[in-house]
Amino acid sequence: MTDVPPPYTAVARHGMSPTPDHDEAARFNFLAGFNKFLSAGIGAGNARAYENRVLPAFKSEHKRDPADRFEIRHAMNRDPWHRFWSACKRNSMEMRQHNGRQMVLRQLDELDGRAALYNADRETLVLDPAVAVPRYQRAVDIHCMPGSYHGEERLGDVSAGANYDCGIFATTGGGLGALNDGGGAALVEWARRERPDWQPKRILDIGATVGHNIVPLALAFPDAEVIAIDTAAPVLRYGHARAQSLGVTNLRFVQMSGEALDFPDNSFDWVQTTMFLHELSGTALPRVITEGVRVLKPGGLMLHLEQPQYSDEMPLYEQFIRDWDAFNNNEPFWSAMHGLDLKKIMREAGLPDVFVAGVRAVVDESVFPDQSKQVEDHGRAAVWNAYGAWKPAAA
Amino acid sequence: MTDEIDWIDRAGARAKGKRPAYFDAPEQDRTLSIVLALVAEVSALRERLDTVERLLDAGGTIRRGDIEAYVPDAITGRERGVLVKAYIARVMRGLTQEMEAMATLEPSVEQISRELRDL
Repeated sequence: MTDVPPPYTAVARHGMSPTPDHDEAARFNFLAGFNKFLSAGIGAGNARAYENRVLPAFKSEHKRDPADRFEIRHAMNRDPWHRFWSACKRNSMEMRQHNGRQMVLRQLDELDGRAALYNADRETLVLDPAVAVPRYQRAVDIHCMPGSYHGEERLGDVSAGANYDCGIFATTGGGLGALNDGGGAALVEWARRERPDWQPKRILDIGATVGHNIVPLALAFPDAEVIAIDTAAPVLRYGHARAQSLGVTNLRFVQMSGEALDFPDNSFDWVQTTMFLHELSGTALPRVITEGVRVLKPGGLMLHLEQPQYSDEMPLYEQFIRDWDAFNNNEPFWSAMHGLDLKKIMREAGLPDVFVAGVRAVVDESVFPDQSKQVEDHGRAAVWNAYGAWKPAAA
Repeated sequence: MTDEIDWIDRAGARAKGKRPAYFDAPEQDRTLSIVLALVAEVSALRERLDTVERLLDAGGTIRRGDIEAYVPDAITGRERGVLVKAYIARVMRGLTQEMEAMATLEPSVEQISRELRDL
């Protein structure tokens, strides 16, 4: 059967969803199909260009193999095939932003109005204008999203969150499910399988953005107190309103930096990040992990969901193609982060027994694509590694 | 409709961060952006026509609001997904065939022509 993404209209609607008009939905449908074409359809052309002409030319010029993914990138960036493919892919990312922003901004009055109703005088939304947007969030607009997570079109708006949330469908071809929560749903499934009787009482999600990955945890553990933090107020405003509209009452959105957690030591049973570590910096990442370990109770779980780290076992070409977003989709820490020894960093932060588990998005497979059957869109597939550790009980 | 901000202008804002140059001449980058935006618009237009056709099939007459409110069921959604896929395959034929060509080392047809002349 021909493999095609589901239509955008199959995405679930919640209280903060922008209403697509016919052609806005059709534009996302095109982009979902186009991204699939670029990855599953012709993505293999990059490897072919590399094997057939880029690598032979490199060897002939240097009398050796490429030493690292950066040498491959420089060589591939001169190849006409790879250049054209990259240009198409960059445009698809830009078009996704443009299309999402047109849909969101034309109805921003309505969206802001709805957010105001969900957010007014709620103790579950705590914004702190004193929290600075860190340099690693400001340096460029992450994944070519104009304004990044913290941008505002006017004071107090929800445009950044609404645009981020609505367009995830287009770049993943629906791979994250009806609520873009395939990652969070995967965490719930993993925890239930790993520790069936575990009932965490306090859960912290660092770098939560719109909260799409923490909502499933809050719903799965209704008796837990769940806190989602981020430095960017616009995504928290949107995320809080979204969660409220989905009936989540045990989830608090707090503007706070993961580098300086305003929580006591040993106060959480589970500290989580989901596709967040790659948006930090070389010094911020170990600080966030150290802070997370500090607030984690003995016996508690720290878990980081990320694309797989690069290792000596991973072929250099694969490292190179996984690095595409770093240099072409404004992910400036992506490459360095995936080269880090995360296990070592977690061990040094006080978690001696680090494990790595393979996790894939959990979605309604009657409508959305089963990720295990997809041709991988390197660096974007909803197939992750979970880097985790249980904090040792106090000696 | 949002009136406090110029939503069309703001929606087209560029993302901060220097854009990579993919081609030797900047106008090639600009042209590809225009072509791909047009490719997307034709796809949206084709989908709109498909909606109109299906609504006419179902009811014989339609209003504009019916088009905007139209939600395909699962089977129709799939059929339209296949239409988009086939459309993309037509527009992107050059790229797909170039990829196919990279799998083989072929002499030029001119060279084969010379060979056949003497065969």
